[in-house]
Amino acid sequence: MQEIFNIFIKSIFIDNMVFAYFLGMCSYLAVSKTVKTSVGLGFAVIFVLGITVPVDYLLNEYVLKAGALVWVDASFADVDLSFLSFILFIAIIASMVQLVEMIVEKFSPALYASLGIFLPLIAVNCAILGGSLFMQERDYQSLGQATSFGLGSGVGWFLAIVGIAAIREKIRYSNVPPALRGLGITFIITGLMGIAFMSFLGIKL
Amino acid sequence: MSAEVKEREPLFSAKNMKLIKNPINLSNPITVQVLGICSALAVTAKLMPAIVLSISVLVVMAVSNVLISLLRNGIPPRIRIIVQLVVIASMVILVDQVLKAFVYDVSKQLSVFVGLIITNCIIMGRLEAFAMSNKPWPAFLDGIGNALGYGIILIIVAFFRELLGSGTVLDMQVIPEGFYEFGYKNNGLMILPPMALITVGVIIWVQRYYTRDLIEKN
Repeated sequence: MQEIFNIFIKSIFIDNMVFAYFLGMCSYLAVSKTVKTSVGLGFAVIFVLGITVPVDYLLNEYVLKAGALVWVDASFADVDLSFLSFILFIAIIASMVQLVEMIVEKFSPALYASLGIFLPLIAVNCAILGGSLFMQERDYQSLGQATSFGLGSGVGWFLAIVGIAAIREKIRYSNVPPALRGLGITFIITGLMGIAFMSFLGIKL
Repeated sequence: MSAEVKEREPLFSAKNMKLIKNPINLSNPITVQVLGICSALAVTAKLMPAIVLSISVLVVMAVSNVLISLLRNGIPPRIRIIVQLVVIASMVILVDQVLKAFVYDVSKQLSVFVGLIITNCIIMGRLEAFAMSNKPWPAFLDGIGNALGYGIILIIVAFFRELLGSGTVLDMQVIPEGFYEFGYKNNGLMILPPMALITVGVIIWVQRYYTRDLIEKN
């Protein structure tokens, strides 16, 4: 139980998707102009990461890993399908996003209206695929750990995008050198935020 | 027989050359279109992985642009994203297996970032914006051009980070020993991830300073 909580905290602050690995930067830069839209996208990412990482974990554990197919038949013990993981993970993500979109639309039209076009965009957000690939690389031991890693990464991404959106709303009133305006200053601010987040590196969990 | 003989465009006409030249400066994928930042920054602490990733992206991009352009009339618009993802993902699997076989060390350093070429928005973006509506040859050139524009930024960032951060270029010591005796120290901060963002920010600053058209209106 404690291990699960540690992974959660670690994936929010220490291994933050944006500041430590630069994942999901494209939508992070494109959608962070106002706080309101970035909150919507942030929630959608938490949601999708919280679902796809555990599903991909099960897929990896019972289909892809070396010897994972033993439950079908003992003769599959030395079958290793891990080279297929890219294509299967992306297929799972694309279909999960589609499924989540349909379910949300049916049961909670209000949430659907607020997430709007962000849900389909998430299929090509690298933070989502990155979450699954890191899960595979770090070899988490149980479904609980994988889920808490997925949710934690989502929350970390949410914090990052809401933070930068709040700063960008204020920076409109500052006198930025013309050539740095817009994109340039956003990069530099993200870098500074990353340096601030590095102070969490000292925490041992 | 039709009276009109269709004029053939030369392979390297001015229009086609533009497809290669433009993405290198005026519509650079990273500094202007803001595509493909994700994998670009994480691999630039050293020059070698940056070069390998640039070449991988070049291959994936050129081939998938041509494939999608060949298939473009047969793809139903509703499922085009999935078709594009499948084409890219299969190319990336090939590249990943080749890297694992021939340059295993670098492939370990790149870790998940080879896989992330799939969701590299630069590739999806070019497929969607260009290859879906153009013939294979221009699509091929467009792919090469954009991958070059991407690779150049990656290599510039990696060059400065490796030079200032570890005092080496391609793992060869370039800063003379004498400097260290006089108290010169490698700037450890350059190795850390946030400096990649700041370096790109500075590149954007320099580029826009010289190319005034790119400056954003407030």
